[in-house]
Amino acid sequence: MSNKQPLSFTVNGDVAETLISGGETLLTVLRDHLHLTGTKRGCNQGVCGACTVIVDGKPVRSCLSMAALSEGSEVATVEGLSENNVPSNIQQAFADNGAVQCGFCTAGVLVTVTAFLAENADPTTEDVRHALSGNLCRCSGYKKIIDAVMAAVMTQAAEASA
Amino acid sequence: MSNIPGGVGASPPKLEADEKVLGRATYIADMYRSNMLHGAILSSPHAHARILSYDTSAALALTGVKAIVTGDDFDHNYMGPFIKDEAAIAKDKVRYIGEPVAAVAAITEDIAREALRLIEVEYEDLPAILSMDEAVADGAAVIHEDLNSYVKIYDAVCHGNVMSETKLEEGNVDTAWDQCDLIVENIYETQAQSHLPIETCGALAEVDGKGRVELWSANQSVFRVQANVCETLGLPMSKLRCLTPSVGGGFGNKMEAHVQPMVVKLAMITDRPVKLILNREEDLEMIRARHPSRIRCKTGVLNDGTFIAREVEILMDGGAFADDSPGVLGHSLLCSRGPYRIPNIRSQGKVMYTNHLRFAAFRGFGNPQINFATESQIDEIAAKLDIDPIDIRLKNAMDTGDPWFGGQIVESNGLKECIAKAREASDWTNSADNNRSLGIAVCGHISGLLGTGAIVRLLEDGTVALNTGATDIGQGSDTVLSQMCAEVLQVPLDTISLASPDTDGSPYNWGTTASRVTYTTGRAVVGAAKDVETQIKQSASEMFECSADDLELLPGGKVGVIGVPGKELSFFDVSGFTHWRKGGPIVGSHSLVYDTATVDPKRANVTGLPFGQIGVYAFNAMIVETEVDDRTGRIDVIRAWSATDVGKAINPGLVEGQLEGGFAQGLGFALVEEMIWDSGRLANPNLMDYKIPGSLDVPYEINTIIVEHPEPDGPFGAKGVGEIGLVAVPASIANAVYSAAGIRLRKLPMTSERAFNALRERAEDHAA
Repeated sequence: MSNKQPLSFTVNGDVAETLISGGETLLTVLRDHLHLTGTKRGCNQGVCGACTVIVDGKPVRSCLSMAALSEGSEVATVEGLSENNVPSNIQQAFADNGAVQCGFCTAGVLVTVTAFLAENADPTTEDVRHALSGNLCRCSGYKKIIDAVMAAVMTQAAEASA
Repeated sequence: MSNIPGGVGASPPKLEADEKVLGRATYIADMYRSNMLHGAILSSPHAHARILSYDTSAALALTGVKAIVTGDDFDHNYMGPFIKDEAAIAKDKVRYIGEPVAAVAAITEDIAREALRLIEVEYEDLPAILSMDEAVADGAAVIHEDLNSYVKIYDAVCHGNVMSETKLEEGNVDTAWDQCDLIVENIYETQAQSHLPIETCGALAEVDGKGRVELWSANQSVFRVQANVCETLGLPMSKLRCLTPSVGGGFGNKMEAHVQPMVVKLAMITDRPVKLILNREEDLEMIRARHPSRIRCKTGVLNDGTFIAREVEILMDGGAFADDSPGVLGHSLLCSRGPYRIPNIRSQGKVMYTNHLRFAAFRGFGNPQINFATESQIDEIAAKLDIDPIDIRLKNAMDTGDPWFGGQIVESNGLKECIAKAREASDWTNSADNNRSLGIAVCGHISGLLGTGAIVRLLEDGTVALNTGATDIGQGSDTVLSQMCAEVLQVPLDTISLASPDTDGSPYNWGTTASRVTYTTGRAVVGAAKDVETQIKQSASEMFECSADDLELLPGGKVGVIGVPGKELSFFDVSGFTHWRKGGPIVGSHSLVYDTATVDPKRANVTGLPFGQIGVYAFNAMIVETEVDDRTGRIDVIRAWSATDVGKAINPGLVEGQLEGGFAQGLGFALVEEMIWDSGRLANPNLMDYKIPGSLDVPYEINTIIVEHPEPDGPFGAKGVGEIGLVAVPASIANAVYSAAGIRLRKLPMTSERAFNALRERAEDHAA
């Protein structure tokens, strides 16, 4: 396999190095090379949002992102949202508010919401509906996801003012 | 409300909530084994063809390819829940585009997929049957020549391309029409809907050193997986162990087999672990979907709105294999009277084989189709009689103790309370305001069916282990069943462990389907926990030298003498006594099969119904507020009120989750989702072309209203809620659209284009 090229980047704060083929996506590298399987493959076409990860601060569809373009990047996945497996405020709010059913879309939703709230500390429910419009969920009807996001906003606001 | 932390009536977070938000839950695609091979499937490019020969030599010669299986590698062994007509992989013939023809195992998925391109299959094309009408046309090509010789588990009426024919009749319809002041008859049509759980189907099989197969897969029942694989491969069940990782949604799609039999075969041939995960396109083309239907419905009433007679004829496209189709048709017919009294009714239907993928169980199981027809027609009647749609429903609604169609007495019926609460909450009015209006539809839906068991053990330290074999596909049944166990034994929820389904160690559970786990498996859990309670009291009575009748369980895992404070033993003490001194470890169990007859032969005349004992009934009243854009035909649902009689909400938060999620899936069915075929080939097998509702499509304001009329034999009075929240959505929207814009849409989905055309026709009629 002489056509493989080295890839080096940071995932959830750790250096990751692997050999990739030309067409491989960031999603394939995360899941199949690094076995960071929290990030899901739902459609592999950039529609469902289950594979969303944060690359250099921006949410990205990892199934559409060529792995080679991640050279030197800082990538955060759902596994990196918590510290020592203690859920973040957002993750905790999802658990507490019934926002998780089958859980397959959850990683992408959490990553999207984490990136969104980093830019918007005080959103309305309508803002949240728009922020989630690229993440498909087949179980929930979205209501409890939106409620969970608003609950996380309250928690973060309370912590910020404390 | 329970005084047990996490007991019945509380809404604790799901047991696996943390695991899922942390990204630590393992789904089938997340599983890896050392030395593992990857599978891929070659699918049929023909809708209907005879397979003449295979040439796999070039593919086998590709470096890294380890095995290829085709129909030649399988005997004539067939599976199917009602009619055993389906092999593990296409055998002799292909019957739809997308049907598996060959499966490859290779060292990487890329190599496996490259090998697919090197497999040569020679076909002899046969005429394709691409509609229900073509299926029954004179001289139509026959899709299953061996239909008569297939094993069937019920007294099937089938012939040619007619897979199953069913009829239910009460009263005398033919003479009843004369009594009616008004008779309305229409045709309603519904489309194919894809289940589309975000997780596609997949499996991982490996053979252990003793020659026994271990099979993990995305599923709704490890026991159905075991039965299907063993039937198609000719394996004894004791040679196949089936397990489940986390499952990323199902909705019916993962109840019967998908890729499991092929993956097991590849693992047995290669003697290496084989994993196969379908991509989105394959999943859409290959697995299953909701039955398209064409329904003729005729209802006769008196001028005061009293229902007198109904005649229903349902035609369903069953696709290439029977799967659950006979059951879906039967249940659809059983629901054709709705939750009303109609003394004279005849409902009959046919489900046809065609060269589409198999249509099968999908949340609602035939009820959403017939409900769209009958609940739309009730509004059409109400409009002609100038009666309020709610008033006409209340006038004819079943009361507690009234029989369902077929004769089964319904002991728990909160329908009228559901209607009243939804009416009040929505501030109901049946008039439009700026192209906005409310619409209502109601339904009853079963929960029940078939066999299930539960085992509850008291561990050595007095904590509790529960094992049911029920797969939680995301709806939360693991949590609900554990809550019931906690409540019976009066222990905190977090002291109970729940075993993952495993055919080696779990008691039989037919499956996560038919809204049955809370109700049916819940009954088994309560029975098993009460068995443990009895044994605890027996041992404690020996320790205290008192009568077991004088003992009661106390909160926190204790048993005490009634009326004597402080005279108590912990479960730790009792379990130690039984483990080391007397009685032996406490193991409680309970098994049942749902056994109340669906049909009372004195009341109803029934032929071809594939089940005899279906279940108890939950009820729902659905009101939606809908806006119709009269320039574009766009239909928006602004708000919804979904009032549901659930018997008893074991976990109200999870009940809301089911009702909200069912609403969203029903909204997609009503307005946008449609699988479209072009000459037998699915034209929209991806999420760009097959749209499901996103966060901007589903209203935030879905108001769920829980009504509790306890089911006498339900666990804590509970009934199931998995499906019911979807059923009445399409008709409620259609009725709101009529009220808002004066157009009656009788064909799903109610796309902007269809609404626009109807608006234009209405305008032309007015102008004429």
